[in-house]
Amino acid sequence: MEKFTEITSIATPFPRVNVDTDIIIPAKHLKSIKRTGFGEHAFETIRFDADGDRIEGNVFDSPKYKDARILVTGDNFGCGSSREHAPWAIAELGFRCIIAPSFADIFAGNCVKNGILTVALPQADVDALLLAADGGQNICVNLDEQSVSCGNARYEFDFNPAHKEMLLDGLDEVGQTLQSSAAIGAYEGKQKLMTPWLF
Amino acid sequence: MSEAIPKTMYDKIWANHIVEDRGNDVALLYIDRHLVHEVTSPQAFDGLRAAGRSIHRIDSIIAVPDHNVPTKNRHLANPDPMSTAQLTALEANVKEFGLDYIPMEDERQGIVHVVGPEQGFTQPGVTLVCGDSHTSTHGAFGALAFGIGTSEVEHVMATQTLQLKKSKNMRVTVTGELPVGCSAKDVALTIIGAIGTGGGTGYVIEYAGPVIEALSMEGRMTLCNMSIEAGARAGLVAPDNKTCDYLRGRPYAPKAGQYEGAVTYWKALTSDEGALFDKEIMIDGNEIVPLVTWGTSPEDVVAVTGRVPAPKEFSDPAKQEAVEKVLDYMGYAAGTSMTDFKIDRVFIGSCTNSRIEDMRAAAGVVKGRKVAPNIIEAMVVPGSGLVKLQAEEEGLDKIFTDAGFEWRDPGCSMCLAMNPDKAKPGEHVASTSNRNFVGRQGPGARTHLVSPAMAAAAAIAGHFVDVRDF
Repeated sequence: MEKFTEITSIATPFPRVNVDTDIIIPAKHLKSIKRTGFGEHAFETIRFDADGDRIEGNVFDSPKYKDARILVTGDNFGCGSSREHAPWAIAELGFRCIIAPSFADIFAGNCVKNGILTVALPQADVDALLLAADGGQNICVNLDEQSVSCGNARYEFDFNPAHKEMLLDGLDEVGQTLQSSAAIGAYEGKQKLMTPWLF
Repeated sequence: MSEAIPKTMYDKIWANHIVEDRGNDVALLYIDRHLVHEVTSPQAFDGLRAAGRSIHRIDSIIAVPDHNVPTKNRHLANPDPMSTAQLTALEANVKEFGLDYIPMEDERQGIVHVVGPEQGFTQPGVTLVCGDSHTSTHGAFGALAFGIGTSEVEHVMATQTLQLKKSKNMRVTVTGELPVGCSAKDVALTIIGAIGTGGGTGYVIEYAGPVIEALSMEGRMTLCNMSIEAGARAGLVAPDNKTCDYLRGRPYAPKAGQYEGAVTYWKALTSDEGALFDKEIMIDGNEIVPLVTWGTSPEDVVAVTGRVPAPKEFSDPAKQEAVEKVLDYMGYAAGTSMTDFKIDRVFIGSCTNSRIEDMRAAAGVVKGRKVAPNIIEAMVVPGSGLVKLQAEEEGLDKIFTDAGFEWRDPGCSMCLAMNPDKAKPGEHVASTSNRNFVGRQGPGARTHLVSPAMAAAAAIAGHFVDVRDF
């Protein structure tokens, strides 16, 4: 996994609340058995009309935001289905960081596994960043300092320390956990006595 | 000697599963049970293969296809090559790794969240995961059950653990008695309407109170299933005699010599008197009414006797703007009575409402009546082959088909429209599923979430009706 330390980029403003993972990637596109190829269908109902024609002026295809690596959006982003295809699709659009007032739990966890940083900030700060994004300003997100800077403004955010470490180091989480094999084995030994019907 | 601090059921199950405490409420947590289906697993198996890793405990997994299986003409070749590739991949993967597998042709096949409990695989006090957000369903048994992404599926397969941060505790108490004509679905929708789709984010919800205690296991599953629609990754109901009786004798349940010990363990899991919850919600069960969703979020609920709200009824300007877009998508004006517009399609099924009790509730309304002529298609999709067989034994299939319903084979079907079961653009669907998101049941489809009895009544009347007067 690619390490995440700091990103400076323009941002795509998408001020919509309760964006569910069906909006991010509709279920009909989940049939691939690979991890790639979801970007072209990302935000399909926002980007294409019923006939499959591109909707003019949608932020995801706008030349203005072509180089954006940050998405600024609304409350409860990523709610609904647990599909990891959602962060896979978002990553293929070029985003490495999403800023919103809040995120659904499963989605936020899935982002970490794919090197995407989710930054939760108060609504007023997100509103300011939406304006800045709209104005084409650069936003800088620093994970080590847990800060977002834009112009003269600077915001700090909370982040799960375990997830921070994973993103900073770009770790293989399975490999890391397997280092605890002895502890897992010991736990199982104990549980075989406690709840033998589960073994 | 100081007294032990009272603990919630969630606190106890969490503590019982800590392999390594990593501080700040983060722990490496042991996972007892894992359900696998065709959509969110192929990339996980690929990851294991690429790294040359094996599955830690093959006895912790049951695999069953459900999301994109066809619900009719199963003897014919699947017309969708992408679906076929996914189903074939699952079959090849379970064979390669030696997992318990219930194939499409097996009478036990069905939706993972119906199959797990039915097989006794779901038990109180276990941690249970699946690459599907509606894994919260299994909390009905007092299991800590939650949906995970594909990377986590791979992680659990390889290590039998997940590194997790503990959620906060919320208790939703539903007092009184559920009125006639209302069901667990109406309880779930009432709660989501009250706290919103983000109201449970960061929490595990324990459901308590006389209404919950009175619910059947099927009803508790419906309720816990929709916890995720309130943002909570997991829901819990305390195990009681109903739970134990339901599990006794099922294939994966504790065997005779171990059953009594298991029951003792299960009953000790309930929240202690005086346990502290970070958030408490009280709902008056006597006031619950049959509900319908009017918008594109499960929190957009209104009584069937109510009207589509106007944007100006919301104080938040962002919500006002959102409501205008929703009304445009749904194709009706503010103030429209919920019983006044035509329904085009009816879907009774999904991991929320496809169990035997749901079949009985719908059949009870349908019996001796006919589907209205304006309904393009009304279908009943039982949650598993065993539910289907049971319903057929009771003659329910005949009631449905005599009325003009289609009686299908088990699967997720039109809940998420990954198979051929889809609604067309602009159609209004009375659906017993869990998500009324934009395009969920097909591009441009307009979903209304309701209980099985309400969906059945809408099929007969051709529009929504108050099932209490039906």
